[in-house]
Amino acid sequence: MTEMKSGAEVLLRALKEQGVEVIFGYPGGAVLPIYDALFQQEDIRHILVRHEQAAVHAAEGYARSTGKVGVVLVTSGPGATNAVTGLCDALLDSIPVVCFSGQVATHLIGNDAFQEADTTGITRQATKHNYLVRKGSDIARVVHEAFQVARSGRPGPVLVDLPKDVMVADAPYSAAPNTPHRSYRPRTEPDFELVTKAVHLMKLARKPIFYTGGGVINSGPEASELLRELVRLSGYPITTTLMGLGSYPANDDQFLGMLGMHGTYEANLAMHDCDLLINIGARFDDRVTGRINAFCPHATKIHVDIDPSNINKNVKVNLPIVGDAANTLRAMLAAWRADSVEPNREALAKWWVQINEWRAIHCLSYEQDKSPGAIIKPQYAIQRLYEATRAHERATGQQTYITTEVGQHQMWAAQYFHFDSPNRWMTSGGLGTMGYGLPAASGVQVAHPDALVIDIAGEASILMNIQEMGTLCQYRLPVKIFILNNRYMGMVRQWQDLLHGGRRSESYSEALPDFVKLAESFHAVGLRANNVGELDDVIAQMIASPKAVIADIMVDQDENCFPMIPSGAAHNEMILGPGKDQRAAHVSAAGRMLV
Amino acid sequence: MPKTPNQIHENTLRQATISVLVENEAGVLARVIGLFSGRGYNIDSLTVAPVDESGRQSRINVVTTGTEMVIAQIQAQLDRLVPVYRVSDLSEGPHISRELALIKMIGTGEARSEALRIADAFRARAIDATTESFVFELTGDTGKLDAFLNLMRPLGLAEVSRTGVAAIARGTRLI
Repeated sequence: MTEMKSGAEVLLRALKEQGVEVIFGYPGGAVLPIYDALFQQEDIRHILVRHEQAAVHAAEGYARSTGKVGVVLVTSGPGATNAVTGLCDALLDSIPVVCFSGQVATHLIGNDAFQEADTTGITRQATKHNYLVRKGSDIARVVHEAFQVARSGRPGPVLVDLPKDVMVADAPYSAAPNTPHRSYRPRTEPDFELVTKAVHLMKLARKPIFYTGGGVINSGPEASELLRELVRLSGYPITTTLMGLGSYPANDDQFLGMLGMHGTYEANLAMHDCDLLINIGARFDDRVTGRINAFCPHATKIHVDIDPSNINKNVKVNLPIVGDAANTLRAMLAAWRADSVEPNREALAKWWVQINEWRAIHCLSYEQDKSPGAIIKPQYAIQRLYEATRAHERATGQQTYITTEVGQHQMWAAQYFHFDSPNRWMTSGGLGTMGYGLPAASGVQVAHPDALVIDIAGEASILMNIQEMGTLCQYRLPVKIFILNNRYMGMVRQWQDLLHGGRRSESYSEALPDFVKLAESFHAVGLRANNVGELDDVIAQMIASPKAVIADIMVDQDENCFPMIPSGAAHNEMILGPGKDQRAAHVSAAGRMLV
Repeated sequence: MPKTPNQIHENTLRQATISVLVENEAGVLARVIGLFSGRGYNIDSLTVAPVDESGRQSRINVVTTGTEMVIAQIQAQLDRLVPVYRVSDLSEGPHISRELALIKMIGTGEARSEALRIADAFRARAIDATTESFVFELTGDTGKLDAFLNLMRPLGLAEVSRTGVAAIARGTRLI
């Protein structure tokens, strides 16, 4: 006879079988039976966040830095609705998260009960899939299925809504099935014939470029290894999306930097001029393509994606391949070695000459007055932070993980902080969620207690989830918060200056807190750098501190993020910024309509 | 900007009849409809009913209009929904589609007799009658139903209830 236990105990047993070690959550009435069961066991650790949105971001940080599924537990009603932003964030960035939400008892559903919300209805478009568990006999099956769905194919968030009575009543347990899902069977093995064709096109190309994205990271570390092998074997240039940073070493000669709206000049110009585009695990996002009818106008396009709905969604491609990035890269390497045609080295050499001319523009250069009293340029702050962490990593072996909030600081971090490995860079790409970085960093630190985890933040974004300082304190998570404080919502202001006649409507950060005192009030360390002379010392103190730190870096208020492809413009119409070219950004009326 | 022939072709709209085999679970129809409304696709007609012995699988037939690119997108988006087994664009090959309409006519005199004659020509059956009304049942493709309704309109058409399109491929081809 099957042993019967309470629904909550069945839930936890299923989580253990799924290998769950930590849950990020916040209790409430509807989940009390689950918290009671959690209290009576020691295998699964619970991290108490201060807001449910932060629970999801923390789970995302955990997932992105480990490759495992992140787990969230929230109560019904407001607990679930607070989690929605996090779920949307995980959906757009394809992050595997399973969120358990409490629900009112089944007989109360639909009666506008206290803290009732139609959670499966609300989150249907915010998740990859969701479930309402109405019977105890479904608990174990649904939990196993939720993990399977979250991690397979294109990963994403899954929500499981758990009515309170189902958690209280006795329920049977069933182990995770070894069979594939009955209807959801994403294709992961590429069609080898298409791979062979793709490789043949690659060998004949005169001006090829790899454009790779988060799919390579999501596929696991092996995909990054295989990508490196293929890129080096071919000798072709590579650019990655924001989500793909770290899949290829940033300091390698073949790496052109990030592409897109704030990508490098050489990456974007190479995209515009290439004759063969090899997209692996990227989705032709509008931040990357710019004006779609001027995107890679001369190129034959190969697109490798695990999600068939990404194929021909924004950009029509010539050769689509549906498959997992690692499997496809492995097949490409085999096909490359099997194809006797030699790549056109002469054309390739010319292509590199052209690329190096673009590189010589040094689109990311900036002018920093190095005198001690000088104002800190935000770019310089990140560059010094990068150099200091690099030296620290070499000296101590302590590995660095970076999260960000959203805005100018995020783009500067992507441009000036260089990543050599996957899973070290956590940023809200698709949804662009301000307030992502601090909770994500706490999730990363939980997963990697000995690592150096830094949230590169802006003073506006950080306030969106500042309550998570409490979480850092409670669990002694020594996260470092590196605020580039320009007293503006910098990216909003940049667009207002560029597109709205300099009318800085509501983009000034009025009434900021004293971040040093704020840190201290949460039992963390507060540091401030007012000028160039203080910067390195603050960075060094921050890295050396065994505690959580807020480093408030006062930076140049008027600095803007360049280079930039203005809205509605093409890759070859990018503007380089002050001192490099004086072209005014021309933004058409249609461009102003774009975000 | 003048359009190239290629662009014109790509912007041509066509109607597609898409059949979707889904797990018959709570919320599955809401998922499909939410996908259409969330991504701005058209629904011209939609039907759903269980179709297998155990009642575990339902078939949804959607008639939609879009460019080739949009119709391909719709299929790919439907196919990645977790409870979806299969998606098929029936309009890619020979297929049959039918819907059923119940049509209430109210009136007397010559219009009433004319309505009966036309109903006969269309092989519509009168399934309810009073001295002042008829309810006709008519089965056919959408075009036939539309034609019938256009003829009935001046003759006292009072109310229409249509099922929406059920469709299936001709021959041995399965969904």
